[in-house]
Parts: sequence; structure tokens; C-alpha cells
Amino acid sequence: MIAVLALSIVGMVWSLCAAAFADDAPFRIHAYVILGASILSSIACIGILGDGGPKGRADRYSDDVIRAGVYASLFWGVVGMLVGVVIACQLAWPTLFYFPGEGWLNFGRLRPVHTSGVVFAFGGNVLLATSFYVVQRTCRARMFGGIAPWFVFWGYQLFIVLAASGYVMGVTQGKEYAEPEWYTDLWLTIVWVMYLVVFLGTIWKRKEPHIYVANWFYLAFIVTIAVLHITNNLAVPIGPFSSKSYDVFAGVQDALTQWWYGHNAVGFFLTAAFLAIMYYFVPKRAERPIYSYRLSIVHFWALIFIYIWAGPHHLHYTALPQWAQTLGMTFSIMLWMPSWGGMINGLMTLSGAWDKLRTDPVLRMLFAAIGFYGMATFEGPVMSIREVNALSHYTDWTIGHVHSGALGWVGFISFGAIYCMVPWLWKKQRMYSNALIEWHFWIATLGILLYIAAMWVSGIQEGLMWREYTPQGFLAHTFVETVAAKHVEYVVRMVGGLLYLSGVLIMIFNVWRTIRGDAPAAVEPDKLAYPANAVAAE
Amino acid sequence: MADREKDAHSGVETTGHEWDGIKELDNPLPRWWLILFYICIAVAVVYWVLMPAWPTLNGYTHGILNQSDRANVAKDMKDLAVKRGHQGVILEKASLEQIEQDPNLQAYAMASGQAVFGDNCAPCHGAGGGGGKGYANLRDDVWLWGGGLADIQRTLTYGIRSGDPDARVSMMPSFGRDALLKPQQVDDLTEYVVALSHRKANPASVARAAPVFAEQCAACHGADGKGQQAVGAPNLTDADWLYGGDRKSIHDQIWFGRGGVMPAWRTRLTEAQIKAVTVYVHVNSGGSGVTAAPPTAPAADNTSVSDAAK
Repeated sequence: MIAVLALSIVGMVWSLCAAAFADDAPFRIHAYVILGASILSSIACIGILGDGGPKGRADRYSDDVIRAGVYASLFWGVVGMLVGVVIACQLAWPTLFYFPGEGWLNFGRLRPVHTSGVVFAFGGNVLLATSFYVVQRTCRARMFGGIAPWFVFWGYQLFIVLAASGYVMGVTQGKEYAEPEWYTDLWLTIVWVMYLVVFLGTIWKRKEPHIYVANWFYLAFIVTIAVLHITNNLAVPIGPFSSKSYDVFAGVQDALTQWWYGHNAVGFFLTAAFLAIMYYFVPKRAERPIYSYRLSIVHFWALIFIYIWAGPHHLHYTALPQWAQTLGMTFSIMLWMPSWGGMINGLMTLSGAWDKLRTDPVLRMLFAAIGFYGMATFEGPVMSIREVNALSHYTDWTIGHVHSGALGWVGFISFGAIYCMVPWLWKKQRMYSNALIEWHFWIATLGILLYIAAMWVSGIQEGLMWREYTPQGFLAHTFVETVAAKHVEYVVRMVGGLLYLSGVLIMIFNVWRTIRGDAPAAVEPDKLAYPANAVAAE
Repeated sequence: MADREKDAHSGVETTGHEWDGIKELDNPLPRWWLILFYICIAVAVVYWVLMPAWPTLNGYTHGILNQSDRANVAKDMKDLAVKRGHQGVILEKASLEQIEQDPNLQAYAMASGQAVFGDNCAPCHGAGGGGGKGYANLRDDVWLWGGGLADIQRTLTYGIRSGDPDARVSMMPSFGRDALLKPQQVDDLTEYVVALSHRKANPASVARAAPVFAEQCAACHGADGKGQQAVGAPNLTDADWLYGGDRKSIHDQIWFGRGGVMPAWRTRLTEAQIKAVTVYVHVNSGGSGVTAAPPTAPAADNTSVSDAAK
């Protein structure tokens, strides 16, 4: 508490200096944002101290921050996906959705708002919420660190605001999925280290003899993201009060570092961490034991050991030495089965509960997520093969691949977890409407299929057009011709994205009605939210 | 580790652990999974033996196939040169007229020119060269700066208002915005230009504008309004318009005096590529353009207005 208050005061002093001496307008705006955040957090700290310290029973799980995480997930999910639909419109109708007078609405500015918005803002908040939920229940311990979880939560929201507002103002390092500039990166580092401390501390004081597999995955995610984030963002700012910095790496070293980061952001953020969600919510919802403990050990260690070497497959046929490309490709091929280990464990856990797929749309959503996971983790190694990559690289096939993973796997497993957690957290018997979950499932599934089918067609089409030569050895198609040829696919993609977004809006309505009290209250709320043996005295 | 129990559904033992009600079965690794995993590892090992793979202290393992991306690219480029034969070399030396007259050479230049045009010129002039508002149509016989081979080559090489010292330069004044003329005079001139292009116009305005046109416009566009290619002044009497031929577009052009920029392609394309594009554009335009008078010093007032689809 005192530490947070001290940090807020340091933040106030620093941001006042920064606002006064800022080299550029975006940096000044960000200084004011940080000033505002520091003031709010100081007021909150002083308020809590005046009340005689943080509230909350030490023998209860701390769930308030998880509930906040659910709200934040839904909010950022809509923002990120809405921006996605907007930029899909810009690609489908470039003249109609082009605003020369409004630089911040340009595709180049909005695209990172979409990618970071859905991956880090939506996905990140889902991970914060579920990891706090899962670690407490599988350790039978209240969260470690007093108000530290709240610091992690609000600190992470501040990071998102700084990152996204920076993108639209043109503040960027120009590194994919690592666009935020040095000061935003530093702030995230502080928040992330605190996240690690909270998570480890909770595991440390667990009342269970063993650490559950979901927590291994969460821990691998938190530790590896810290390492990736710090290494890839090593940079020297051009001044203490400037929003611009230069990378310490240059040329092909920079490219390799970037794709080591980029690929493992997929591996440890979008794969390992969401597997953690799978490992808790699938057996919980299906009320079946995990299929194989041995498989979970072997595929966990194989996955994290092999994933970290696969990054160079993003740099086939480039200035990167060929031997490094070979290693990237072969490690990607070896990654196939370790990835599928998670799929097998997820699907086979449903054995004995297959009939529930008919009646429970939430379980069906989790099931579909595992299916898309299996598809994307097969497609990935295939695309890493040099000869396949020669066709697929730089085309829309890559976009389709990412979205079958993002919409199908990450999205569905997140929605499934939210549909599970909302009644548990707000002490209801169930969600307000099962029928609306059915609608969400089918609309979103249709959206995903339209999206990835369109991108497969468009990607392979443009890949083939790019490599076609005339008899005299000149390119048969110009670049603009290949762009014009994709128009229909781009429209279909936009429709797919719009359907997916509509599904999320249906979910938000359902969640709102559930929380508002339109779903029956749980019969024994205490038993549901806090199993009898869960009480963890401090 | 106590509490191992048998799962009723599968008959498999659990591991005896339990977390928040979640148990684990003690199933072995699926056999097919393990076999596929080993096969993938074997594929990787074979690939390492065949291809460049592992770094060493002073290099890397080259693999027994002795494959190299660099060598492959060099070979591809050589094969391409062989495929294209000696025509690429001749193109550099031959004159534009010679290229157009030799059917083989012309066919080669057209193929090369189309590829270069598509990736460099098409973003503005359109994939077919049909142009658009502000960008000249290159498929007709209406030319701002001349449509002869030498004219086209010069425009391509140095550009228009490109900043290149040898660029083609002219400027249509912003008569309205810079208050060189009164708004009423601009309105009248608009009517006058409409009349020039053989359309119905307000006679009173036309009469008032006549002396203004003679004084302000005729120097570049000619007393008869038929333009002057030496200074890129478009013909105002035909139906081709660069910035549009309706009254509002004509008024805007007199008011703002827009003038487009074409890059000096000598900074980006080789001489042979420029020659190929020259022939490509010349042939596609019908090849009727004649070389204009020798370039004069940048005259004042001038620009735009021509072309665009009829």
C-alpha cells in the first residue's frame, strides 16, 4: 500500500517534469495521462489507508479484481474487434474508408490498435482474470500481496491506454506486436514483474501438495513474456522526455530478435497461457478428470523447450543465414506433436461427457476452441516448411492462419471461460440465457469459417499471381492487379469479422443480464464460490 | 499420493491428486502421438544432415546436398539472363526508333515495359494506363508534354515538377486563391472555357472574359485555347480534361491552379527499363504522337487540363 502510494507520488513528480520539458506533443499528452493515473491512484491509496487498510476477508478468495478483469476483457474485446472490422472495411473499400484529413484514422495507425487491442488488451485481461481465478482455487490460497493484484490490474490498463493512444498519435517502434515506445515498455516491465510476484507468492502459500498443470502453463507464460519483452524492447531514447527511441539491435540481428519475440508472443501468450485456461475450465465444466497426467508433463516441457527456437521461420529467404532458417523450420516441425498433446488432453478429457456437447453450448465452445487449436497448430508447422512458405509468406494465408488461431482458439476458449466464470463469480446458478449462448456460438463459428476461407483463397491466389512469369521471364501480374483481384475475398472477410463481433455483443448482453440479477441466484452461494475446504487462513 | 481411485467411466486409475475437484487420469502417452513425435524429430535430423543447419565455431554445417540460397539466386538470375537472350543487351544500345521497328525487339520491350509500368506507373496512371482525375490518360493521342518517343523518354527520365534539375516545369497560377483575379472574373473565365470546348455558355460572361483570357491565359494556352506542348499547357477546346470538364472542376482549376508531380524515374529505373516503358507507352497510345518543339525555358503560367476518359 505504502509502496503503491510512493510510486504514485514519484509518478506525479516525474509526469509533471515530463509534461513541462516534453520534446514532442504525444509525449506531453502521455505525461498528462500518467499524471492523471498517479493522482487517482494516490487518492485511492489514501482513501484505503484512511479506512484502516484494505478490506476483504483473509479467509476468502479475492474475487473483486477478477470481476474487474471480466469487465475489462469485454470492454477491450469490443474495442479491438470493432477496430478490426473498421480496418477490414478500409482494405475492402480503400477509397470509401480513407480519411486524408484524419491521420489517426489511417490503416497504418489503426492496425496495431486492432492487433494489440485483441491480443494484449482483450486476451491479456482474460489471462489476468482467469489466472487469478485459477491460481487461488487450485492452490486453495487467497491471492498474495494485499493490493498488489489491483496494482497489476490497473497498471495493465494504464499500459493499454498508453500503447493504444500512442499508436493513433504515431508513437511506435515499428516492431510488430511490440509497437509501444520505451517509457510504455518500462511501465509494463514494472507491472509484469509485480504480476509474477503475485502469482509466485500465491503458489508459495498454497495448501495443496502439488502445483496444478494450469499453473505451470501460466507461470511459463508470465516468465517467458518478461524475458521476451525486455530483450526485444532494449532501446535508447533520444532524450529523457522524448517519445522516440532507437533499438540497440540493427539489421538482421534486429529482425531475428523481433521474430524470436513475435513468434513466442504467439507461443507463450496465445498458446501456453490459453492452454492453462483449457486445463482448468474444460475438466471443470465437463466434470471429468484430465485425460493423462503423463501427457501433460511431456507435452508441457516439449512445448516450451521447442517453441522458443521456432522464430526464424518468419524470415525464410531473407538476409538471415540459411542455417538459422533451417533450425527455425525444423523446430517448427518438431513442435507439431507437443502442440497436439494439449489438444489430445483437452478432447479426451471430454470422454465420458460427449453427450454434454449437445446440451451445453459453453462446453461446445470450449470443444470448438480445442478443434481450432489443433487445426492452427498443424497449419503452422506446414507453413514453416520452406517450400510452402515460399508461396504463403507475405500473403493473406498468414492472416487467415493467425485468425483461425485467434478467433477460433483464443477467442472461443476465452468466451467459454467467461461463460463459466460469470455465474461462479456473481453467485448465480447459470447464465441468464442458454439460447443466447447458442446464438453466439453459431454466429461466431460462421464468422470464423467465412474469415479463414476467404483468406485461404485470397492468400493462395495472390501467392500464385506473384510468382507467375511471362515466357520472356517478366512478372505476369503487377502488384495492383493482385490487390484488385482480392476485393471479393476482402468483403467476405469483413462480413466474417462483423459476425464475430456481433457474437461478442450478444455475450455482453447475456453477461449484463446475468449480473443484473435476471439469472436465478445460486442455491448455496458460499459452497459454489468458496468450497468448504478452500478456506485459507492467513 | 494416497487416494488413487478407479475412474468409473474409463476404468483407468487416477493419480490421486485433486485440485478444486479436478482429478487426473493415469493414462499413458498415446502411442500414435509418440510415434508421430519421433517421426517429426527424425525428419528434422535428416533435414539437418542434408541442408545448412548448425552453427559451428567458424562457420556452419553445410549439409551433404550443399544447398545455398545465395548460389540458387545467382543461378536463377543467370538462367533468366539466358532465357531473355541478348535482347536485354541490345535494348540498352539500340535507339528508340530501332526498337520500335524491329518486331522481336519491340515484343521484348513491350513485355519488359509492361512489367515495369505495372509496378511503377500503374498506381497513378492505372493498370491499363487509362489515367484518372489528375493523372493523364496514356492510351489516347492527347498529350500535355508531347507524345513522340523522345518526349515520352524525357518526361519519364526527368519527371514533371519532380525537383530534378532537368524536370519539365510549368505552373498554372492560382488565380482565385492568390487574388490575381476577382471572383467574378474567375466565374466569367469558367464560362469562357466552357465555350471554348464547344458547349453552351453564358454569352455575357464569355464576352467579359475574352480580354481577360487574352491577357492572362493565351500566353500558354494560345489565343485559340489549343494549348502548347512545349510548356505542358493543355488544349482547352477538346473534350479531354485532366481535372474534370464540368463547370465546378474548371472553376476549381482556375481558382487553385493545381499541377501534378511525376517523379524523375532515372533515380529508380535503368536506362533500358526507361526505354522499354517509353516504347510500351508510345505503342499503346497508338504511336501517333509527334515530337514537339525543343524544350524552352520554363515559362510562367501553365499546366494541366487534358485527358481523362471521354
